[in-house]
Amino acid sequence: MKIGVLALQGDFDQHRKALARVRLAGEPVESVEIRKTEQLDEIDGLIIPGGESTTLLKLMGDWGFVPALEKFHAAGKPIFGTCAGLILLAKEVDRPKQFAFGFIDVDVERNAYGRQRESFATPGVVELDAPRPLEMVFIRAPRIRRAGPGVTVMARHRDEPVMAREGTILVAAFHPELTHDPGVHEYFCRMVARRRTALPPA
Amino acid sequence: MTESNGLRIADRKHIALAEMLKGGVIMDVTNAEQAKVAEKAGAAAVMALERVPSDIRRDGGVARMASVRKIKEIQDCVSIPVMAKARIGHFVEAQILEALGVDYIDESEVLTPADEHYHIDKYAFSVPFVCGARDLGEALRRIGEGAAMMRTKGEAGSGNIVEAVRHMRAVVSGMRRLTTLGDEELMTEAKNLGAPYELVRWIAKHGTLPVPNFSAGGIATPADAALMMQLGAEAVFVGSGIFKSKDPAARAEAIVRATTHFRDPKVLAEVSQELDDAMPGLDVRKLAESDLLQTRGW
Repeated sequence: MKIGVLALQGDFDQHRKALARVRLAGEPVESVEIRKTEQLDEIDGLIIPGGESTTLLKLMGDWGFVPALEKFHAAGKPIFGTCAGLILLAKEVDRPKQFAFGFIDVDVERNAYGRQRESFATPGVVELDAPRPLEMVFIRAPRIRRAGPGVTVMARHRDEPVMAREGTILVAAFHPELTHDPGVHEYFCRMVARRRTALPPA
Repeated sequence: MTESNGLRIADRKHIALAEMLKGGVIMDVTNAEQAKVAEKAGAAAVMALERVPSDIRRDGGVARMASVRKIKEIQDCVSIPVMAKARIGHFVEAQILEALGVDYIDESEVLTPADEHYHIDKYAFSVPFVCGARDLGEALRRIGEGAAMMRTKGEAGSGNIVEAVRHMRAVVSGMRRLTTLGDEELMTEAKNLGAPYELVRWIAKHGTLPVPNFSAGGIATPADAALMMQLGAEAVFVGSGIFKSKDPAARAEAIVRATTHFRDPKVLAEVSQELDDAMPGLDVRKLAESDLLQTRGW
């Protein structure tokens, strides 16, 4: 399978390194940097990395990514967003209010833990196919303030949701790509693999 | 602080913020209005300072940390990270910036050094530092002191890319060279570089710095930004290049786009075509030694 990592700005390289550590039975995982919308046709799933959401929004607007990603999502291809990626995929964004795709029924508040001084790493547990201990790194992170009834919360920090899934959309407020454990990326690749067998060939 | 396999470097969460800035443009701003322009143009972060480097160069005198009022005003008006500069060795300016909650402190040669012998002990702070370097040895000394991000120095306020290119090439080729050496050569190399041995060994093994490496000092056009990215910079700092040009907003936007599409000449041509004149540049060879900013720090 081929996973695209949106490479307009942010820690896309860390996501590619995490994908390189993924081992799926019987299926090699290839990754590619996405800078143009036409590249979306070649990939089975997309990762939107951490970075600055205002920068990403600006560049996505400049290069036609808004309609292109709506089409990608409508075609049933999975998308995984971390930090800024979560902000872009959410329904409503606050502080400040800004455009979001609304692909997952969660509302987020930007920089909700504070500035860099308040960034932190903490041990946690994520509910993948089984519970898995994972270090969670939060960098000027957003907070999920509301998760709709159709959303499955997959990890919490102090009782608040920090990782969630709805259908083909997976989001995390923290950065699984910055830890050596490729578990979350492996889970996303399995989402892509299952989706791909369910979809008719393009 | 992170310690693994005997390597003492900056806290992982601080290196992580530098990771998030990759592929982006960090713009010098002197007030809230400029910060807004930068954010709207797609800057990944802004750097708050009293005067841009070309004005510091023109006006002379002592260049210090920006005023607290100004930094707060900039923090209040943008949602992207706000960095600010402290003088080399001026750990109290750094303490004040830490108290203000700036997201990154630049211990910068652009300001007048406060200490001609010692840089700041960056491990003593809860906010991260970026420092400048002209070559690999200097970069490793700063990383050894706890810098979570490096930037090659270039010659700030010159509008001339030649020094930025020189310094980036020196760091990149210095690392490449280390990867070709045998283990028994590394201690001598550490001595020659004036760099911590453990860091020299780490570079020899990995071929890259343990923290992100950005470019600064002389970027004035989209082509300059793309050049530095192709030479190995992971993001760029633009100082006087934006707000000393005739078309700051358009130029800021064009440099942001060029930094993303740095390998795509068609995009680079497209983003450059509407731009007015860049800032006037200086011939660095004609500057007196005492006018160079890059030689500050060691």
